[in-house]
Amino acid sequence: MVTNPSIDTHPLSAEVGQEPLLAVDNLHVEFTTRQGVVRAVNGVSYTVHAGESLAVLGESGSGKSVTAQAIMGILDMPPARIPKGEIRFRGTDMLKLSDQARSQIRGQRIAMVFQDALSALNPVFTVGWQIGEMFRVHRGMSKRDAQKKAIELMERVRIPAARQRVNDYPHQFSGGMRQRIMIAMSIALDPEVLIADEPTTALDVTVQAQIMELLAELQRESNMGLILITHDLGVVADVADKIAVMYAGRIVEGAPVHDVYKNPAHPYSKGLLDSIPRVDQKGQELYAIKGLPPNLLDMPSGCAFHPRCPYRRDNCVTDVPPLYEISGTRGSACHYYREVLDGTLG
Amino acid sequence: MAPSGDRILEVRDLVKHFPLTQGIVLKRQIGAIKAVDGVSFDLHRGETLGVVGESGCGKSTLAKLLMALERPTSGEVKINGVDMAKAHGGELKRMRRNIQMVMQDPYTSLNPRMTVGDIVGEPFEIHSEVAPKGDRRRKVQELLEVVGLNPEHINRYPHQFSGGQRQRIGIARGLALQPEIIICDEPVSALDVSIQAQVMNLLERLQNEFNLAYIFIAHDLSVVRHISDRVAVMYLGKIVELGKDDAIYERPSHPYTQALLSAVPVPDPEGRETRERIILQGDPPSPADPPSGCRFRTRCWKAQDVCAEHEPLLEVRTGGHLSACHFAEVHDVIGA
Ligand SMILES: Nc1ncnc2c1ncn2[C@@H]1O[C@H](COP(=O)(O)OP(=O)(O)OP(=O)(O)O)[C@@H](O)[C@H]1O
Ligand SMILES: Nc1ncnc2c1ncn2[C@@H]1O[C@H](COP(=O)(O)OP(=O)(O)O)[C@@H](O)[C@H]1O
Ligand code: SF4
Ligand code: SF4
Ligand SMILES: [Mg+2]
Ligand SMILES: [Mg+2]
Repeated sequence: MVTNPSIDTHPLSAEVGQEPLLAVDNLHVEFTTRQGVVRAVNGVSYTVHAGESLAVLGESGSGKSVTAQAIMGILDMPPARIPKGEIRFRGTDMLKLSDQARSQIRGQRIAMVFQDALSALNPVFTVGWQIGEMFRVHRGMSKRDAQKKAIELMERVRIPAARQRVNDYPHQFSGGMRQRIMIAMSIALDPEVLIADEPTTALDVTVQAQIMELLAELQRESNMGLILITHDLGVVADVADKIAVMYAGRIVEGAPVHDVYKNPAHPYSKGLLDSIPRVDQKGQELYAIKGLPPNLLDMPSGCAFHPRCPYRRDNCVTDVPPLYEISGTRGSACHYYREVLDGTLG
Repeated sequence: MAPSGDRILEVRDLVKHFPLTQGIVLKRQIGAIKAVDGVSFDLHRGETLGVVGESGCGKSTLAKLLMALERPTSGEVKINGVDMAKAHGGELKRMRRNIQMVMQDPYTSLNPRMTVGDIVGEPFEIHSEVAPKGDRRRKVQELLEVVGLNPEHINRYPHQFSGGQRQRIGIARGLALQPEIIICDEPVSALDVSIQAQVMNLLERLQNEFNLAYIFIAHDLSVVRHISDRVAVMYLGKIVELGKDDAIYERPSHPYTQALLSAVPVPDPEGRETRERIILQGDPPSPADPPSGCRFRTRCWKAQDVCAEHEPLLEVRTGGHLSACHFAEVHDVIGA
């Protein structure tokens, strides 16, 4: 049990002997707005290894997407700024690379699938043209070859009658099919890391199940590292190897998925799990985390969760909890994580 | 609980077809979108009926028909035994008052230029008999208090509230006319997980306090299970299975219900490798051109010739509840 307030290293990066593909290290992102500085990401660290699935779980506004956008280099700077932190791909800090070197990695070796497939696709080009563009631009292929590749990819993401549909426009596809097309584009260049930001949030459960199965299969085939951003505790339990729970721009708990669901080590993750309606609770009041998510312009002092925390003690209001290392693979940003784990706090 | 003799809402063979037209000047009808296509059910006083089904299956259209926001193509909606289509004047007004709605999106369903007081009190403009003018402010403040908002915030605007608080404003407005029935169309889907439980608890508390009957439309099946006494599963404009919550969740007999339940991710990683999952192929067919016979047959792994020829009726089958499948068979997919 080491507590080390000065280094915010994530315990998930402690796996020995294997270098992570991607390591986000103490990342800070802020936005300058008219109301003031929004500290959207405040020291986030996580790692993904080949073949591994990391789920990033958190409420809206907790900084999940901004972290992903920082990795992809698609933040508008300004208003965004990265005052601190590193984003290492195979050991190299991408934030220090030249634009050209960086663009060799982003979009090619690290790719991203966005939540809203309809607005991410261009309505005036056929899907085949848009998938093919990856090959024309990055691989210098001819139009014909790129088109052939596009059909192959559409088949790989299981779009029925791909050959007939390659010249259709995005609006001619259903939401689930458009998400498949987005996935096809993202895996076109065989990325090593795939970031999926709420890839199924807008979709029905039956379609969600299709897409999640597809992602899992693609991951198995190519041993990609997968970062799955979601607010759905069910999706996390289904696919993730490990999980990073975010709150107010920080990781409050990071651990193998089984550990968190069995026995959460942070009051916020515990609250989320407790508020899932369970069959044996029918007719009873649901557990509800009280209060509202924090205002990032006016962050609570000390532990950002303290205004909502049932376990709060005096020092929580003043001392920012570091990410305490519980074991080699597990950490919690709660001063009282031991008591939370033992169930002796209340 | 579903007290039997106490039917507050009776829906019979309700149909809504939206015409599909072609041509700009001379519009020709070339078909119809069969959004709701023969739906029947009862709702009892104080009961919650959950409605689940994929996007586009007709849930919101059903809600609008019940609210008389859309005119049915055919069929009947009776409130307290009176047919809505045959009611006029004061009677119709009273009927409309008795059934209110809470919408999905707390961000767009409230007029941003109106104060909370005006939004919650707006129904009194049409139904002034419920609250005489001088009494309205007090009534609105009472309503705000009932849903857990600060009555002093009556002059604030929607943007000054969080999503969960805005949903409370919508609920307060739904309660204003003291209805017996509230239709909740995805009331918590737009909210954060930590806020969903707060709003669910509020809805349950209000139900007990005012003996409200709810029609609760949602795509989150665990939320529906928590709040519902009975559940209706819709597919392409029809109810395919209807029964008490444990019947639907533990003894589903319609293949679509089974697929739907098995697709829901379970928030527990234990046993995820061995969990049964029925992955449906393809998308639902267009409601403009539903398959003959059983509408689910194009995606059903059990389909036989008879499924294309004869439409399976929604009737009590094996399992003891209503199911619209020729080959209904109880199969517990979630192992609850
Ligand atoms: N005014 C309208 N004109 C034409 N078609 C309509 C109209 N309203 C709804 N529809 C169609 O009727 C069908 C049912 O729509 P409805 O909104 O009831 O679905 P839903 O079950 O509420 O879906 P969701 O889960 O996405 O809210 C859909 O195919 C829809 O496109
Ligand atoms: N361009 C921007 N300007 C100002 N604030 C922003 C901008 N983009 C994101 N934010 C803020 O950063 C915080 C984190 O956002 P985000 O990462 O998108 O959350 P989520 O966890 O829901 O993905 C939010 O409070 C959001 O409002
Ligand atoms: S540090 Fe204190 S306030 Fe924060 S989660 Fe732990 S007990 Fe609660
Ligand atoms: S009636 Fe036939 S096609 Fe329809 S659900 Fe039953 S088995 Fe499947
Ligand atoms: Mg986001
Ligand atoms: Mg709807």
